[in-house]
Amino acid sequence: MKILFFGSLREQLGTGELNTTLPNGVDTIGQLLQNLQSQGDEWKLALGTGNVLFAVNQDMVDVNTTISDSDEVALFPPVTGG
Amino acid sequence: MISISVQEKDFDVGEEYRQLQSDDTSVGASIGGVAIFTGQVRDLVDNPLKFMRLEHYPGMTEKSLQQTAKQAAERWSTIDIRIIHRIGDLAPGEQIVFVGVSSAHRDAAFAACEFIMDILKTSAPFWKKEQHVDGSSGWVDAKDVDQQRAERWQDSE
Repeated sequence: MKILFFGSLREQLGTGELNTTLPNGVDTIGQLLQNLQSQGDEWKLALGTGNVLFAVNQDMVDVNTTISDSDEVALFPPVTGG
Repeated sequence: MISISVQEKDFDVGEEYRQLQSDDTSVGASIGGVAIFTGQVRDLVDNPLKFMRLEHYPGMTEKSLQQTAKQAAERWSTIDIRIIHRIGDLAPGEQIVFVGVSSAHRDAAFAACEFIMDILKTSAPFWKKEQHVDGSSGWVDAKDVDQQRAERWQDSE
């Protein structure tokens, strides 16, 4: 699966894109978020704020959304366009 | 008709207005008015801005703006909707966003234009980073007031 990061999250994590397989036991966005936070302190710091938005296949979704290995998932801070 | 553009280059409000003014014969209604909103980079009095960097999520941005315009067109009797949003580095005073709506009567044009801006602010995947004259920089935080403005469209017309 492809996981994209934008804005301050991309900067904090030092990466804009991860190409990975869906980890075992991860079925939802919320579980993916937990899983990513276990990768290290900077991940925990950046993603544990409770201020992260999610998109699956370019539509905004909530934490309970189910994901599969073929999805494009994006994590980003609240948007500030306009 | 809905027209969406995410672009680095500047836009000409006069040209966009002329496009909106010309009657779309496929709709079967004549244009009685056009409402336009333009947004520009606001300078900061306390910490002057060198430029604002606008980042976005290519693909999702266009999809999101298209959905917002479609929602507006379903809710009000609009004729044409044009949205332009710029990306890249923009200096204070430069135009960022254009929303134009034509309709038979002003109420639909005003409402749809405001709706589109309010929804765009909280759902289109853009992020702003300020680069200051003194060399410092920082990401712009989302504002609660923008969230409140978007939410009020959920319960009322």
